[in-house]
Amino acid sequence: MPDGNPPVRPVTFRGGGFKPKPVRAAGLVAFALILAFWEIGSRTGWIPSLFMPAPSEAWGAIEDLVETGNLWVHLEASLYRLVLGWGFGTVLGLVVGVIIGLFSIARAGLVPVVSAIFPIPKIALLPLFIIWFGIGEGSKVATILFGVFFPTVIGTFGGVDNVDRTLIRMAQSFGLSWFSIVRKIILPGALPAILSSFRISASIAIILLVAAEMIGAEYGVGAYVLSAGNLMATDQLIAGVAILSVIGLIVATLIGKAERYFLRWRS
Amino acid sequence: MNLQIDNLSHAYSGMKVLDGIDLTIEQGQIVCVIGPSGCGKSTLLRMIGGLELPTSGQVLQIGDPPAGSLNPLTYIFQDFALLPWRTVEGNVSLVLEDHRLPAGRQEEIVADVLARTKLADFRKAYPRQLSGGMKQRVAIARALAVSPDVMLMDEPLSALDSQTRELLMDDLVQLWTREQFTAVYVTHNLNEAVRLGHKVVVLSRRPGRIREIIEIERPIAERQIGDVDLERQQKRLWDLMRDEALAADMELTDA
Repeated sequence: MPDGNPPVRPVTFRGGGFKPKPVRAAGLVAFALILAFWEIGSRTGWIPSLFMPAPSEAWGAIEDLVETGNLWVHLEASLYRLVLGWGFGTVLGLVVGVIIGLFSIARAGLVPVVSAIFPIPKIALLPLFIIWFGIGEGSKVATILFGVFFPTVIGTFGGVDNVDRTLIRMAQSFGLSWFSIVRKIILPGALPAILSSFRISASIAIILLVAAEMIGAEYGVGAYVLSAGNLMATDQLIAGVAILSVIGLIVATLIGKAERYFLRWRS
Repeated sequence: MNLQIDNLSHAYSGMKVLDGIDLTIEQGQIVCVIGPSGCGKSTLLRMIGGLELPTSGQVLQIGDPPAGSLNPLTYIFQDFALLPWRTVEGNVSLVLEDHRLPAGRQEEIVADVLARTKLADFRKAYPRQLSGGMKQRVAIARALAVSPDVMLMDEPLSALDSQTRELLMDDLVQLWTREQFTAVYVTHNLNEAVRLGHKVVVLSRRPGRIREIIEIERPIAERQIGDVDLERQQKRLWDLMRDEALAADMELTDA
């Protein structure tokens, strides 16, 4: 520096970003914008009503469903299948997943079988299920059960595999019994993975529910959507799809609540 | 109860890691085991507590553990090994639950050990809320809960920053002064070894053999930071280990 004062300036800030922050209202605003755009498009005739009914028309179809009481008939039939299929599929999946996670022989024997059957679209097996379990509820529940079973198995044994081995050594070093180690170390340690497999299996259950109901059911949201489609009643079709979407959202919210409760020990 | 390690050798898939270890651990003494990384000192500790079987040789218990000891050989781990889904008191009671203690006894023990480790105010905290030093104190409380006869400490202070390490070392010194527990203390930190050990066992590079056993006479409670005598001992240990540590540093870990 030849003379006096060197230049003084603040260091340029170049950090920040890459850190998602929750913005609460944004989701609702996005929904509202899409619906408003859609409604205006339909009213002005820019979206032909044969292609896509206006949201208000779909809402009308839902009101019809409520007035005739059919909404509850369809929902009851669907929820019954969903709860039964998902419930039994999950319980069986958890049991088999834990067994695979704990015993090498079970792992060696069952993992190839699971890997072979997991990618089969279970809906392709529905005709077989109809022969085995009858055209009634049995085949529909079985389809959902099968669809839920495999991702649950894979999620569960993956979770068991990822339990911190140092915690298991610690438990052994304090002389905990095998059963205590499974109950107090392995199952809670696998719980995060199990709960995230619930998210996947719940969506699969809803997809299979609709597919099964489309093939042979008198009542149920899937049957309602199918009959709407056959009649080209697009307003009812959209109404039915919206009901499914709401079911999915409610299930996801419940699982989120369960995660917050059971995994409150995580940061 | 004394422990005697009797001509113990171990190999992992053909590679020798420990070779002919003979060592006696006497009641009421802290035996520090030091050595360059990869010399098998942690493996040795796992064998002393029965978590791993040596290829040959054995570890013998001489005498019976005291009657009230729920888990005579008790570990304290470097990474604390606390269950993240249990609170402080839950982590301590974990190791008591299988013992079917009479009603109220478990609660008494938990309260007692948490008081002894100055954790009484943190009973309901989860591990993620605690600093490293606090986590290790919880692990020490958990170990005390089962009234161990021998504590097997696997680099218990290595995951902590140096200030916390000093504080915990003071805690351990106080604890030992009060209860005169027996311990095998594995560390790579020479300062910890000369501060806490009655005996310092120096292992050689792989395969680990005992190179030298140094006895430190000065009572543990009187050893201070900056003590000239201890500095000299530490220097001597470092002279013993320096070349080996250098060679160990140059080794490929999977060689």
